[in-house]
Amino acid sequence: MYFQVNGHSTYCYTGGKSFDPAKPTVVFIHGVLNDHSVWVLQTRYMAHHGWNVLAVDLPGHCRSEGEAPASVEEAAKFVGALLDAAGLKKAALVGHSWGSLIALEAASRLKERVSHLVLVGVAYPMKVSKTLLDASLEAPQKAIHMINVFSRATLAPPPSALGPGTWVWGNSVALNRRVLASNPKVNVFHRGFTACDSYANGEAAISAITCPVLFVLGKEDQMTQARAAQSLIDKAKESGQSFKVARLPVGHHQMTEAPDPTLFAIRDFLAQ
Amino acid sequence: MPGYSDPGFDTLALHAGAQPDPTTGARAVPIHLTTSFVFESSDHAAALFNLERSGHVYSRISNPTTAVLEQRVAALEEGIGAIATASGQAALHLSIATLMGAGSHIVASTALYGGSQNLLHYTLRRFGISTTFVKPGDIDGWRAAIRPETKLLFGETIGNPGLEVLDIPQVSAIAHEAGVPLLVDSTLTSPYLLQPLRSGADLVYHSATKFLSGHGTVIGGIVVDGGSFDWERSGKFAELTQPYDGFHNMVFTEESTVGAFLLRARREGLRDFGACMSPHTAWLILQGIETLPLRMARHMSNTEKVVEFLAAHPFVARVGHPMLQSHPSHELARKLLPKGAGSVFSFDLKGNREQGKKFIEGLKLFSHLANVGDCRSLVIHPASTTHFRMSDEALAAGGISQGTIRLSIGLEDPDDLIEDLKRALRAAEK
Repeated sequence: MYFQVNGHSTYCYTGGKSFDPAKPTVVFIHGVLNDHSVWVLQTRYMAHHGWNVLAVDLPGHCRSEGEAPASVEEAAKFVGALLDAAGLKKAALVGHSWGSLIALEAASRLKERVSHLVLVGVAYPMKVSKTLLDASLEAPQKAIHMINVFSRATLAPPPSALGPGTWVWGNSVALNRRVLASNPKVNVFHRGFTACDSYANGEAAISAITCPVLFVLGKEDQMTQARAAQSLIDKAKESGQSFKVARLPVGHHQMTEAPDPTLFAIRDFLAQ
Repeated sequence: MPGYSDPGFDTLALHAGAQPDPTTGARAVPIHLTTSFVFESSDHAAALFNLERSGHVYSRISNPTTAVLEQRVAALEEGIGAIATASGQAALHLSIATLMGAGSHIVASTALYGGSQNLLHYTLRRFGISTTFVKPGDIDGWRAAIRPETKLLFGETIGNPGLEVLDIPQVSAIAHEAGVPLLVDSTLTSPYLLQPLRSGADLVYHSATKFLSGHGTVIGGIVVDGGSFDWERSGKFAELTQPYDGFHNMVFTEESTVGAFLLRARREGLRDFGACMSPHTAWLILQGIETLPLRMARHMSNTEKVVEFLAAHPFVARVGHPMLQSHPSHELARKLLPKGAGSVFSFDLKGNREQGKKFIEGLKLFSHLANVGDCRSLVIHPASTTHFRMSDEALAAGGISQGTIRLSIGLEDPDDLIEDLKRALRAAEK
């Protein structure tokens, strides 16, 4: 379904169920060069199990209009505007990779309006190598292959988002290309990576949140290595936050390489 | 796990989609000969049926052994996923039936396998789907044949049996200008020789019976989606972009930005038409694919030697292989098929129909049968077998004469193959 957010048409996948503001809501936020469809298994399940689901296409990505966010802070502001546009007083936020930083920053700003925060494949700082940043601008097709190799941990993933027979390597490449092509004005690949690389408010943000946090980390993640989330985990502990950590034996694409364990981690956490 | 670059073709041929069995430790892919899979709970059952969770329910829709084959072929074709079917013809039918219904139109190459010709020219017409045939090299003809109701362009990587190479980059550009996908039958090339998706095709299918299996033991097919075609932007495919009341009003393009075709093909096509592959067949094809790179290299080196021999033989009027400069697709083959233009080709004897018969019956190593892509060398007379339903005009349009003989070069010692051909040619000349 579509909302008008900041004057722009914004698409949210609702998991095959109609949007119902009376139900508790969970907002899913994708990472760089992705869209709502990376969450399809987790969102479809949650939507059919008592939750109102909004899996957004960020502005300037695929079905959503508007200027693609140039920073984590700008994207976090958009998330607040999305909740307003949807008439939501409260929602859980789930983000993957870049989306995890956006969810984190949004939770720190929206305070009590966020009921739960789930950070999937998070790292802080989320530094991107100069080689990859340059490649995302100058040779994006080559860079797409680079991030795909860094993101995958297996050549034999279980039945995934398209069902059995899905080749998730190719699926990611095709989605990355489609998202890149969806915005002819801005290279959303480079812009998203720059936003990840330059975000500097992570520790302050995790200290400022008022909701419980779940970290979902891939033990074999080479894009955002599990150990790179430790500073946020330490800060959450130091700040007295309620938090949990789920370490899955997968790479950076937790949602497609381990769809069920990722779903269960989110589902059980949101049930608290 | 691989390192910092994409895994190579040979590695994928062995490993894509498979890992040691987590329960038994079996290293080879187990054959899951079971119709059904036990649900963990009522909630699990409901979630699987509603696509909230991914897994296996019933082997007509999916099966763990078949899924390995699907992942593997998708990996080798650089696609997003695949669906294995009962035959290559079932893969073609599944592709068409997923994309269109009565009132739709296809533009197809004239140089098609006879079975595909039958499906398009006779059978689909009965269901309200019409086809305009165009010579594969007639680029303007492809464009001119497109109508408002056209939903698909379709050709073979190298046409059967004349081996006209399909100019996939050009034909796909024409398809995309018109907002329709290009479907390519890549049976005769296999992903080892050509990856059509990389050249611009949107969907590719195989008769896996041929080179993928490679041993002449099973019938199977498989269709791969490249995930590149934008069904929404096209605006011509309500089957994928509008709610489908046959599956909870699912909008397939919302569920998957790049995989809507595969979602509908499996959830509707396998469910309703039911032309699924047996897990045992999938396993045998997987055995073949593990040696595909090795076999294809040998197929090609043997073919080069046989083509050179035949081209120099005084009783041979014409050899139709793109490796020869005389072939109309020679230059295009050099560009699109640098590893070779396949090991199935035809040639014409300088003789009458009776001499052609003598030639075929004089062969000892070559088997006279209706198949190609076997590890053993094969021979057939197309006009009286695979293409026998076609009129003389249609045969001529496909580059076939009454005296054309088709060979499929196998993996035998090349000197023995040449000796066998020599002997049969001698017998035919008498």
